[in-house]
Amino acid sequence: MMNLQDFLTMRHEILLILVAVIVLIGEIFISDKSKHVIINLTIILFLLHTIVGFLPIQEGKLFGGMYQNDLFRATLKNILNIGVFIILLQSSAWIRKEENRGKISEYFILLLSTLVGMYFMISSGDFLMLYLGLELATIPIAALAAFDTHKNNSAEAGIKLILSSALSSGILLFGISMIYGTTGSVYFTEVAANFGKESLQILGFIFFVAGMGFKISLVPFHLWTADVYEGAPINVTSYLSVISKGAAVFIFTIVLYKVFGQIAEMWNVLLYVLAVLTMTIGNLFAIRQNNMKRFLAFSSIAQAGFILLGIMGSNAAGVTSVVYFMLIYILTNLGAFGVVSAIYNASGKEDMRDYNGLYKTNPKLSLLMTLALFSLAGIPPVAGFFGKFFLFTSVASLNDYKYYILVLIAVLNATISLFYYLRVVKAMFIDPNDNPIPYFKTDTPARIGLLICVFGVFLVGFVAAIYEAIYHFSSFI
Amino acid sequence: MTNYAYTIWIPLIPVFMFLILGLFGMKMKGSLAGILGTLGLLTITVLSYFTAYLYFFKTGEPEGGFQAITAYNIEWLAFTDTLRIHMGVLLDPISVMMLVVITTVSLMVHIYSIGYMKGEQGFQRFFAFLSLFTFSMLGLVIATNIFQMYIFWELVGVSSFLLIGFYYQKPSAVAASKKAFIVTRFADFGFLVGILIVSYFTGTFDFDLLTSGDGNIFQTIGAASFMGVSAITWALLLIFMGGAGKSALFPFHIWLPDAMEGPTPVSALIHAATMVVAGVYLVARMFVVFHFQAPGALEVVGYVGAFTSLFAAVIACTQFDIKRILAFSTLSQIGYMILALGVSEYGDEAGVGYMASMFHLFTHAMFKALLFLGAGSIIHAVHNNDLRNMGNLRKYMPITFITFAIAWLAICGIPPFAGFWSKDEILVAAFEKNKLIFFSSVFVAGLTAFYMSRLFFSVFFGKKQHYHHEPHESPLVMTFPLMFLALASIVAGFVPFHDLITSDGKSFETHLNYSIAIPSVAIAVLGMFIAFLLYYKESKVPDKISKSLGIFYTATLNKFYFDEIYLFVTRKILFNCVSQPIAWFDRHVIDGFMNSIAWAIQKSSFKMRDLQSGQVQQYAFVFVSGAIILVLCFAYWLN
Repeated sequence: MMNLQDFLTMRHEILLILVAVIVLIGEIFISDKSKHVIINLTIILFLLHTIVGFLPIQEGKLFGGMYQNDLFRATLKNILNIGVFIILLQSSAWIRKEENRGKISEYFILLLSTLVGMYFMISSGDFLMLYLGLELATIPIAALAAFDTHKNNSAEAGIKLILSSALSSGILLFGISMIYGTTGSVYFTEVAANFGKESLQILGFIFFVAGMGFKISLVPFHLWTADVYEGAPINVTSYLSVISKGAAVFIFTIVLYKVFGQIAEMWNVLLYVLAVLTMTIGNLFAIRQNNMKRFLAFSSIAQAGFILLGIMGSNAAGVTSVVYFMLIYILTNLGAFGVVSAIYNASGKEDMRDYNGLYKTNPKLSLLMTLALFSLAGIPPVAGFFGKFFLFTSVASLNDYKYYILVLIAVLNATISLFYYLRVVKAMFIDPNDNPIPYFKTDTPARIGLLICVFGVFLVGFVAAIYEAIYHFSSFI
Repeated sequence: MTNYAYTIWIPLIPVFMFLILGLFGMKMKGSLAGILGTLGLLTITVLSYFTAYLYFFKTGEPEGGFQAITAYNIEWLAFTDTLRIHMGVLLDPISVMMLVVITTVSLMVHIYSIGYMKGEQGFQRFFAFLSLFTFSMLGLVIATNIFQMYIFWELVGVSSFLLIGFYYQKPSAVAASKKAFIVTRFADFGFLVGILIVSYFTGTFDFDLLTSGDGNIFQTIGAASFMGVSAITWALLLIFMGGAGKSALFPFHIWLPDAMEGPTPVSALIHAATMVVAGVYLVARMFVVFHFQAPGALEVVGYVGAFTSLFAAVIACTQFDIKRILAFSTLSQIGYMILALGVSEYGDEAGVGYMASMFHLFTHAMFKALLFLGAGSIIHAVHNNDLRNMGNLRKYMPITFITFAIAWLAICGIPPFAGFWSKDEILVAAFEKNKLIFFSSVFVAGLTAFYMSRLFFSVFFGKKQHYHHEPHESPLVMTFPLMFLALASIVAGFVPFHDLITSDGKSFETHLNYSIAIPSVAIAVLGMFIAFLLYYKESKVPDKISKSLGIFYTATLNKFYFDEIYLFVTRKILFNCVSQPIAWFDRHVIDGFMNSIAWAIQKSSFKMRDLQSGQVQQYAFVFVSGAIILVLCFAYWLN
């Protein structure tokens, strides 16, 4: 039976479900003509939810340990909330369009349910809850990817996502079942206590990594990313590449540290290989992309490779560097996606060549995009630099020459990534264009979203208190 | 214990002046900029005099000699627990003396420049640079540690570069400023390496630790050696190399004569009284280390000084540009100061060389600044630098004439003018340590008297010239500094340096050594007399003499072809044999390597596109086979 204490422990999940239910009820009672009210209603409700999320929470475990919440996990959920709030602001103009008439509440309910799934994933105390959360987070996204029902490639994105994720879920479950078979439990604490180095356990572990690698889009489990990102509506793409990936990174880190901590030496090597592959191949693909969505998709694959470096740090500073980087990554990438989405909503264009001469007509958006790209590339003084810096420091602190080589590879990859980020900057500022995208006014919610990103990109980099707070919460892992 | 914390304002006021004049100078009238700069300088001059009064007389000499006082110190950079860089104010006899010298000369130059630079384009810029230079020079002398000194040392180099190249439309000025900067910067490279060696072994930059006397911190360095010479000797020689660059000692002397392309007040400030004595100051600052840790290096210092003084004096006899004559004379006099340090011992009367060097620095600053400002006044009047186009000017410019005469007597070493006293002490020190250096110095004293008299007689007496414009006396704003410095050149010799500035801080007694003073005065008078015969009236004798000297005269006139040798080494040898191959290597190998990496990345990214086919079954295949390969690898790795 749930009592009030348990209610407070699950506050994030329950409030979010409440928001979704209110939207659902709103769908029933609000007349077709004024369905647009739902957009603002959802945004306001979600803002309230985000703010309430920062209030102190009740730590504890529920359902016999299947669910647990603490300061660290609450922090992760809050970070996701900030990102989702920005995405809601950015998608406001798109969902308002005539073509999406009648699907408004559908979009919000699907989006919010995936977020609930992520919450449960992050708060999971055993593999079962982790899997349930993962599925809850994935299946509605497939529906969202196919949201533009009149477009073929949107449908293609949906079907590809659902097929690939079915495969990955299968592998993941297979892995979990082997772990269960060899340790006799699915609870994190008990698995950790009984985990040896048997080959079957390693097999299960690697299948688990493959399943998670699918969500984080690590090479070679990444191939779905480009097609889905390109086909899905742009705001769904940004949700996939930022929030969905962020949640997966968080739970992946938690499980690696808490459950498989004793084979850290082994998974450090595994992550080493995956990181090198992911960074390099992600970059090599990104170089050739001209479609902005695909371009950002591959750039986000490469970024995932950098994140693995922080996880390898295997200590509180490592966790901090991952969480800190994710926060910056969310703000930065949403900045970039926000510009792409604003341009798409205004002109329907999403090719890099269409961006030629953008600075002449839309200087503010161009500067904002440049800022976001610089942050993604890790150029000081924007926050992205500090994020990457801490990731690299984290792995370099392992004090082994092979990790120095890894840092070197990462730095080389960061240099390559600078090349393609600058390609966009070059297009906007230098390349001439007779018919640049004409000046347009971005809608107010999207503006607010972009402003949050800009301030965040500077604030998170400069205000040491943010890093220290994350460091403090990371010790609760 | 007096609180000297206010001394931090001495360097700060000029830097504020620099910022104000530099940022807002163009918005204000030229005269206002000049007056502002001068007022700033006046303030710090008063502060410096006040500090000197407090330090030397109010507090007086404590038991055991004058002590170094760290008046202000903030930590700037911390490398290790012990190796930290501070920025601060160090007050000891020599730094307090330098404060007085720098502010006095700088103030006079500021006042003089208001008249001299009147109507020039960039008047405000000129005063901004003057303030920057004064700031740098003050920061250098009050440095509490060798690293702070190095930073200001470089700032001095930069501001000197800016001032020499003030007439940046003139190609010769631009070339001269570049030459000065490159030569001194090259020497500073040695300085930096020397600093690094010293700090590596001792773990400190601070002067009070380095010169504390017991030398314990040098124990670790004692064992290290390179090419048979101990590491500390190397370090000190490299540090001295930096000093030689700034002080234009042989073989780094080539920049100073060319630096005369700058405005004449700049020559007076930088190339007579302040910047060029930085090297002397550096050796004096490190004197304890030189003397106790590396006597060999100190000997080198002595010989370099002696050779420079002789070499420059010989060249000075043949030059015709009055500013260049003064420049070579400066070289020669700095050689004196350096050789005095080189022959000095530590403590009491044996340390007379140290005292004499500082004494000569002080007196020389006064009379050489006066000579330069006088020369500026002359150039201002006749619009020409060439000795052969001047003559009989005493009638037109009485104040310049009288003040110049005082400076002339001072530099020739005629009692009771300032130069006599300090030069006499130097000769005494040289006599006791090294007879070779002593005889060379006496000879240089004669040469000095000769070439200065040649200059003096040619300008103010000699043949009657026909000037396009009737020369006239300079305005008061220019003659006042002349008169002030003339007064200083008379009284400076009576400052009791042996009570104030000695190698160990304790005062000692000096007496006029007649057996040295009388011959040195006699040889000076002889030099003056020869010059009087040759140049007092127009005559053909000098030309005949120079012709009879033949090749030696030509070589001297061309400064022994040192500029040509340097040019040959840099242009022909360095550029062709080193720079060109390196440039080729950079362009083809390094760039080629980088370009081929970029090319390879482009190609491989093109090839890899096939991986992304768009077919889900292929994606699934890659996914599963990836997982299986990882399993195989890690199961294998595990066993």
